[in-house]
Amino acid sequence: MTLLSGARADAAAAVPVAAPRPAGWRRARRFVLPLAGFSVALVFLAPYLVMLLDALRPSSDVLASPPTLFPRQWQWNTFGTVLSDDRFLNWLKTSLLVAASSTAIVLVVSVPAAYATARFKFPGRTPFLLLVLVTQMFSPTSLVVGIYREFFEADLVNTYLAIILTNAAFNLAFAVWILHGFFSSIPVEVEEAADLDGCSRLGTLWRIMLPLTKPGLVTAVVFTFIAAWNEYVVALTLMQDDAKKPLTVGINSYVTGYSQHWDQLFAASLVAIVPVVILFAVIEKYLVGGLTAGSVK
Amino acid sequence: MALVNRSRRGRLPGWVALVWLSPALVLIAGVVIYPAIELVKAALGEYSITGLRTGSAGLSNFRKVLDHPDLGTVLKNTAEWVVAVVAITIVISLGLAQLLSKEFFGRRVVRWAIIVPWAASLVITARLFTLLFDFYHGLINRLLVFLHILPRPVDFLGDDHWTMPSMILVGVFVSLPFTIYVLLAGLSAISDDVLEAARIDGAGPWQLYRQITLPLLRPALLIASVLNIIYVFNSFPIVYTLNDRNPGYAHDTSITFMYKLAFKSAEHSVGMSAAAGVFNVLLILVVVMIYLRVVSWQEAVR
Repeated sequence: MTLLSGARADAAAAVPVAAPRPAGWRRARRFVLPLAGFSVALVFLAPYLVMLLDALRPSSDVLASPPTLFPRQWQWNTFGTVLSDDRFLNWLKTSLLVAASSTAIVLVVSVPAAYATARFKFPGRTPFLLLVLVTQMFSPTSLVVGIYREFFEADLVNTYLAIILTNAAFNLAFAVWILHGFFSSIPVEVEEAADLDGCSRLGTLWRIMLPLTKPGLVTAVVFTFIAAWNEYVVALTLMQDDAKKPLTVGINSYVTGYSQHWDQLFAASLVAIVPVVILFAVIEKYLVGGLTAGSVK
Repeated sequence: MALVNRSRRGRLPGWVALVWLSPALVLIAGVVIYPAIELVKAALGEYSITGLRTGSAGLSNFRKVLDHPDLGTVLKNTAEWVVAVVAITIVISLGLAQLLSKEFFGRRVVRWAIIVPWAASLVITARLFTLLFDFYHGLINRLLVFLHILPRPVDFLGDDHWTMPSMILVGVFVSLPFTIYVLLAGLSAISDDVLEAARIDGAGPWQLYRQITLPLLRPALLIASVLNIIYVFNSFPIVYTLNDRNPGYAHDTSITFMYKLAFKSAEHSVGMSAAAGVFNVLLILVVVMIYLRVVSWQEAVR
């Protein structure tokens, strides 16, 4: 202990010479860092602030030339109009249903797969992990012709089930990958202790392992939810019934060749961002730990 | 439970393992592999305008895609799009992740703000940018002319010199949040002790970053770059929406090329589109394999 602190003291004496830091930096960073941070935040938000301002003016003003940042004429009821529009509410309902169901399926399917591959050796383990890796590279967009044909033959075009299954399948790889890393990083002894206490295998998984992999689970949830919430091409192809379209597809009908309601399009889009940002804000602190903590191991 | 023997990290008989993996296998086989087979079958068929199969086409759909006069342009665009978006995104994210890993007043709020482009639907963000870039009523032209950065307005989405850079700008913008978060996670996994030790040994800030932080960040960088390559390659809404006005394939990537072959072109050919889809899947597989080999990923992720 004394040895260590002695070395520290030496080093402390050497620091100003070896790594000179501007004298005022310590004080300046209290202002510089928040300033830089808030500037960055403004850049990221700027387009969406413009979107908000566009939602609060008549559509004709959105397309006026020359453009103005602030509305020439304020229109405060756009959000009210959109939120009381039955079509919008239907799309919103679909999006929530699809995103939540896809996420649930991904969790139920990926946890056992990730756990088994992380904990056991068995024939076919490596090929399975490779298969998962390969599906990560497939996008529903490049397979959309095949997906359409499959669900057409199965008579599932225009059903929630079709897009829920598609979203779940194409986001499975990421979840398995992340959770596999997490399970592998938990020492085997933890489980053995639970074993000795008489916990069954599933009991151990449920009561010991899952709580320990919370950051990984949260990361998988966020990714799947966002990907499903924003999926576009498959829903566009499979959902022809207007009432069953998700938001991403539905709200485009606010602006078509025949009718242009840019104000409503943007108000609806902003409402659609809210659930995701809330989800993020709630679990952000797990996310930072979750993205690589497991997989790096 | 009773299904499994007691040894951890032990061997599992094949059929027991299958029980654990079967939900995943069913989903992958049913909704990824089967459509992939359907895609290949579609590529081998001949279709009427309404999409009815009229007969076998052999390999002619593949040949027609390979002989397509615009294929060279499309591949060049795809390479430009993927390389530029991924490279610029990673470089900017490295800086921003460094900033956001420091403690400062209001950091949580800043982190939430950064999420927004990720949370917003890509189609809508793309439509918003078509308005912002517009020649007549776009705010970007107004701002740049006002600041005397541009002498006169530019038709960002119509002028051939500007279309790709404009698309890349939006591509980078929407890729940043995810990338920053991956790198933030990587940074938070680097222990302060290591940095402290290097500082004590007299490393300057730049040296510290180059020789300690960057090498330790390698796994996170690898994940960020591989996933970004896959996402950016497969990205549809931005390229399609920003490029909507332009006829032909002058600024299309291989994904929008594939879509237009079926729905928006003179060809109107489901078979050719499916063949292009098969090429797309193979292309991204090969690119990612090469990339992983070049960066020797097994060394990085262990």
